[in-house]
Amino acid sequence: MYNASDLRKGLKIMIDGDPYIINEFEFNKPGKGQAHYRCKMRNLTTGNSAERTYRSGDKFEPAPLEERTMQFLYSQGSEFHFMDTKDFEQIVLDAGHLGDNAHFLVDNMEVEVLFFKGQPMDVTLPIFVNLTVTQADPWAKGDTSGTDTKPVTVETGYILQVPPFVSEGDRIQIDTRTGTYVTRVK
Amino acid sequence: MGKSSLLWRRAAVIQAVRRFFQEHAYLEVDTPVRLPCLIPEAYIEPEEASGWYLQTSPEICMKRLLSAGIPRLFQICKCFRRHERGARHLPEFTMLEWYRSEADYTDLMTECEALFAFLAEAQDQREVVVGEGRVGLAAPWERLTVAEAFSRFAPIPLAEAMAQGLFDEIFIQHVEPRLGWERPCLLHDYPAAMGALARLRADNLEVAERFELYVGGLELANGFSELTDADEQRARLLADQATIRTQGREPGPMPERFLTDLANLPRSAGIALGLDRLVMLFTGAQSIDRVVAFTPDSL
Repeated sequence: MYNASDLRKGLKIMIDGDPYIINEFEFNKPGKGQAHYRCKMRNLTTGNSAERTYRSGDKFEPAPLEERTMQFLYSQGSEFHFMDTKDFEQIVLDAGHLGDNAHFLVDNMEVEVLFFKGQPMDVTLPIFVNLTVTQADPWAKGDTSGTDTKPVTVETGYILQVPPFVSEGDRIQIDTRTGTYVTRVK
Repeated sequence: MGKSSLLWRRAAVIQAVRRFFQEHAYLEVDTPVRLPCLIPEAYIEPEEASGWYLQTSPEICMKRLLSAGIPRLFQICKCFRRHERGARHLPEFTMLEWYRSEADYTDLMTECEALFAFLAEAQDQREVVVGEGRVGLAAPWERLTVAEAFSRFAPIPLAEAMAQGLFDEIFIQHVEPRLGWERPCLLHDYPAAMGALARLRADNLEVAERFELYVGGLELANGFSELTDADEQRARLLADQATIRTQGREPGPMPERFLTDLANLPRSAGIALGLDRLVMLFTGAQSIDRVVAFTPDSL
């Protein structure tokens, strides 16, 4: 059982019989009043979004999801194919179920696939993934115009802000919880 | 603005706050942050510390000093409130609190205007940036009763919101985000049930002499005409303890020495102002994380 104060981005809870994942989370509380937790959530079964506000004292059942370690094979259009490395069973998840996670999947990556009542619903990614920069504007040395980041595109097509010294072909580490740059890796 | 510039600005705001209170004959005090008992508050959860508690505000010690005969005092200190974490909340934050004898809440409202005028002068900044908006700080500010704010912004009147137990919900969703955009807003005269440690209005027992300051939808301060009736205060604290129990929490011991000293509390008013939020305002920072040296997540 979770309390309202346990609510956070990424938490998976049951609401009206469906498993939901919290995508965005906002805490608000008048100084002397009750805490309120506004959550934007995704229904893992339908992929639909919902917004609800909870207050302190509200309680939640954790979503009874089963995890299986699987390998990401490839994507085709909006379909993402995964394989269980033990029994070689393959499953398909569509982009709607994966949400932002699709930005960080590279071929052969191992992820935890979440199942609800036997159906694949979503994946849990490693916290950090390393991706190759496929497009970056060169850094004009001596540019002191004040901007301390620039946008680059990585191999999955995802665009993020990085320090100016990152160039095309570099491998960079990304925090999958926030989608932000962590460091350049060798 | 980088972290280092923000910390310089933070220090400048704090130094200007100190100058203001020194110039107005306030004694600066620093009272213990770890206490054997706190004022029980229905919706504030204290952090325990070896059987005692970390203060959720410095009010017990400051009011005891006021009762002991110090007529004007202020403090800048750390306060701790469990589970409060968001873009405007930290579980450990910095509070500016001040008390003044022979004054009521309207005097404190005027003093807030004077403090901001002083800070604006010291920072050379007549307006502040909040999100997309700019708010001029010049007095006089808007003074709005809670009932007026509800009739202006809320889908149902105040009395109905109170009867349905929806005050906080409606306030957060409809009222708070719209307060203090043209100029700072002093929201005053809270329903008696939300009086906390405020005295009721002699001419209208339905409302408490309590106010809050909002700028660009940001809650900055909460002030009262202090309740000096110990029996009335004890009754309210018992009610708060009962609410705490309904949440499955165990309230701490009753602050008996505070209640005893209340007999000597002069006619007075007190106010608590979130200093981190004040720095947010003067730097245009959108998140409280930006204006502190470290957040819990970065330790």
